[in-house]
Amino acid sequence: MSLFDDHKKLYTTALLLFIGLTVFVAILPAVYNQRNNRPLANAGPLSEAAQQGKQVFIANGCVACHTQQVRNIDMDRTWGERPGIPADYAGIVRTDFWRNTATLMGTERTGPDLSNVGNRNPGRDWNLVHLYNPRIVVKESIMPAYPWLFEQKDSAAKNDIVVNVPAAYRYGRPGTIVAGREALQLIAYLQSLRQTPLPEGGTEPSFLYKREDKKPAGTPSADAGKALFATACQTCHQANGEGLPGAFPPLKGSSVVNGDNLELYVDIIMNGYDARPEYGVMPPVGTNMKFTEQEVMALINYERNSWGNKGKPVNAPEIKQIMELIKLKTSKQ
Amino acid sequence: MNPSGFSFHADKWLTGAIALLLFLIIVITWLIRRTTGRVNKVSNRQSDEMQRANIMNQVNELTREQLDQVLRYREEKKHHALTSGETSKTILPLLALVIGLLSSLSGMAQDTAPAGNSLLSQPGILITVILLLIPLLAALLILYTRVKRLLQQYTDQQRTKEANQLASLLSNTATPLIEQQLLQRKQSLEYTLHHHELSGTLPPADAKGLLHINTHPGLPVVPLKRKAPPRPQIDKALSKLILAYLISAAAWLLFGTTVGEYIGIKFVAPDADHIAWLSFGRLRPVHTNAVFWGWASLGMLGLGYYIVPRVSNAPLASIKKGWYALAFLNAAVVLGTISLMAGINNGGGEYREYIWPIMLLFAIGLLLSLSNFIQTIARRTTKEIYISNWYIVSAILFAITITVVAYIPAWQNGLGETIIQGYYMHQGVGMWFMLFTLGMVYYFLPQQLNKPIYSYSLGILAFWSQIFFYTLIGTHHFVFSAIPWWLQTIAIVGSVGMIIPVVAGTTNFFMTFRGAWDQLRDSYTLPFFLTGVVFYFTGSLQGTAEAFRFTNQLWHFTDFTVAHSHLTMYGIISFFLWACIYAVVPRLTGREAPQLSIGIHFWLALLGLLFYTIPLMIGSTLRGLMWMNGKPFIETVQFMLPYWLWRAIGGSMMWLSHIFFAWNLYRMVVPKKQVDITETAIQRLAMEPATVH
Repeated sequence: MSLFDDHKKLYTTALLLFIGLTVFVAILPAVYNQRNNRPLANAGPLSEAAQQGKQVFIANGCVACHTQQVRNIDMDRTWGERPGIPADYAGIVRTDFWRNTATLMGTERTGPDLSNVGNRNPGRDWNLVHLYNPRIVVKESIMPAYPWLFEQKDSAAKNDIVVNVPAAYRYGRPGTIVAGREALQLIAYLQSLRQTPLPEGGTEPSFLYKREDKKPAGTPSADAGKALFATACQTCHQANGEGLPGAFPPLKGSSVVNGDNLELYVDIIMNGYDARPEYGVMPPVGTNMKFTEQEVMALINYERNSWGNKGKPVNAPEIKQIMELIKLKTSKQ
Repeated sequence: MNPSGFSFHADKWLTGAIALLLFLIIVITWLIRRTTGRVNKVSNRQSDEMQRANIMNQVNELTREQLDQVLRYREEKKHHALTSGETSKTILPLLALVIGLLSSLSGMAQDTAPAGNSLLSQPGILITVILLLIPLLAALLILYTRVKRLLQQYTDQQRTKEANQLASLLSNTATPLIEQQLLQRKQSLEYTLHHHELSGTLPPADAKGLLHINTHPGLPVVPLKRKAPPRPQIDKALSKLILAYLISAAAWLLFGTTVGEYIGIKFVAPDADHIAWLSFGRLRPVHTNAVFWGWASLGMLGLGYYIVPRVSNAPLASIKKGWYALAFLNAAVVLGTISLMAGINNGGGEYREYIWPIMLLFAIGLLLSLSNFIQTIARRTTKEIYISNWYIVSAILFAITITVVAYIPAWQNGLGETIIQGYYMHQGVGMWFMLFTLGMVYYFLPQQLNKPIYSYSLGILAFWSQIFFYTLIGTHHFVFSAIPWWLQTIAIVGSVGMIIPVVAGTTNFFMTFRGAWDQLRDSYTLPFFLTGVVFYFTGSLQGTAEAFRFTNQLWHFTDFTVAHSHLTMYGIISFFLWACIYAVVPRLTGREAPQLSIGIHFWLALLGLLFYTIPLMIGSTLRGLMWMNGKPFIETVQFMLPYWLWRAIGGSMMWLSHIFFAWNLYRMVVPKKQVDITETAIQRLAMEPATVH
């Protein structure tokens, strides 16, 4: 066949076939998606600091371990309230003359997904300690430590944010450790990562492959409480309930956990707490994670029965009542 | 299991040093005990009965010469009647003393070991303990050599005693029984075949030069494999160019996998260092890009420079252009590595981490090679274009295409970036590495088996179906993401379609092997080819299996993908590259690598790959199940640690094998500084004027 003996014809045919398929499977869909998707109206642009933080995120290759995509399957519900949609990425454009667009969707989840980490993770204090060396707050973590984003000083200046690093994680670095500019920017970026709620009335895409609930609804087990604690609370209060001195208060033997003021307890879980200067600020974990009364009940029962705590067990109806009361109060303020 | 707290900052390595010293002390103590145990055996051995039987055995151990001597002696002795005496002493009391001393010493050694735990965490205490252990170790060493010498002396004495007894027995002419036994033994020892039973008495002749006799047989540690057959001379300048490509490739392999090894270790020891340039996120793309663009790409192109002119039966169009291409390609990887470590990257798409000015250098290198190859093919003296050249030239065409598509900013905003990324990363492996490598195999496998490829048509079918299906499958890296559902479905369908080219290719290679399996035994290149073919089949079909929607839930985002990419990029591409390099370099230089170190390279690489991938696949499957069952994330991190440790172990074996590979390449390229007798003799003759006789 002449096709096989003529190098011009042969290579042109192969190249045209390849380019044709490329146009069909890559270029056209890419152009179409670029043109026909717009960011959600209520998705604000990144703040200046967060934009800088994104550059730090890119430069240090964080995407190697952290995805930013909530897939439309049930197992990804841990990472966001709804599956990711094209609009979530539509606002991301070319970084600069030298560098390409960074949607940072990622392909490896060695560490957690970050699509909604701003809603999930605790506040700045926790993030700084965690960034300095993740093992200070999460013993099992294998994330790299980023001490080069921090500064070492003999004494902190007026506006410096001091990071309380235990001696074991200083590796002989003396002095006071304060947050560097890049660390603060990176944390601003991480805290800006929140899924934008879809406008009212729109149909939310659903999660596929739903897990079948083996247990009847309404009675979450002790395991559910433990799992919730591990996901939402453990990074600060630690698995042994002892917290971290100078940063996060213990729950073991805590008067709030064991006491009778259930309203305060639920309020702290739902709306956070900043009443004690010796500890960091607690963010509104429950509201961020949209806890139901079942979940709050499971969590309270777990905390009241662990680490030697002996609090009264609670039930769902009374929690529901308190939650409604709190909601009413906060909306009045 | 928690991550190890190991760090070069920490004092923990002191503990390690102590452990090492203690280990050495225990080993030496054990050696001493073993030696003294032997002394006991020697001294307990001799009862009278046994002694006699022993001596009779020794009579049977005499060689012919010794027998002759004995018999002559006995003859003489029968004439003169003489006797000899003997003496013996024992050193047992002394020995008992030494053993006593020893056991008390070794007891002391064990007492110095673990003290209080709280004390042991103090560096000062640890250093003191080390300082104490070092002289103890030295003392034990000296003691060990002393005891050994003493034992030697004692055994020598014992043996002299036995010798005396034997001598007296042999010299006793009064026993006719011994005489008879000696004579009988002499007779049986002297029996020999006359060596012409089978061969006849005519001298051998090798009229057709078929025999190749190894006149310097070494110690046969490994079975001897066939030598590379001599081939027509390759142009010296071309040889040099090809070797430069292959040496650069090997250098990038060493560098890239050293980085890979280090980041593998960081999974289990995340605090190993705290340097920005060496942090995990920056080194990971350094590793992947160095082995992609440095090792595999340069290795493939180097072999391409051999294959393309050879199957075109025409000289390479321009050797100079080849050198320019090499310079551009190397410059791209060097600059890319530095920029990634400095924190400058393109924005996170895998294998697209080099910013465009750097990737432009790489593309220029590819373009230069492409025009060089096409010009060579245009000047070919054969009518048809051999299938290798289909694969090789198309691979370069496609690699340039995907690079252009991936770096043009016109369609990269929002989801466009993701769609292009899926396309690019998968065409990179499938249309560049895989296609080029298949081209290499279509040339070298038949050549190494010394038989034609089984089916040319199957090769053509595989070629077109690979282009057709492979191009579609890119977005299977983003199944369930926000990209259009139909595009995901096409990718999955295309992945299933990949069964056609893979099965066609594998069948072709296996059928080429058929009837020539015996060659596997005595070739050192064919095992590499076979491994590559097996992984081509399993690795590629694993890719198909991973693309389905269910398996995506289970395996996507886990280290299963990492295991898969190593099975393919290492199991297929690297093994084929090594196979071809071991096949081609001896033809260029006339020197072969030591077969022992080629064997070590092969087995370390293969076993290392299995140790790397299998635990990782098991672990990440279980991790995926844990995710699907909603287990807290950190639990799954903790769960993976033993599997990550195994990965680091397998990775170390792979890394070690590359050192052997580099050594082999060195031995093939650099002549050994030793006078080659035949070569020197020929040179002498050449130097002498022919007229002198």
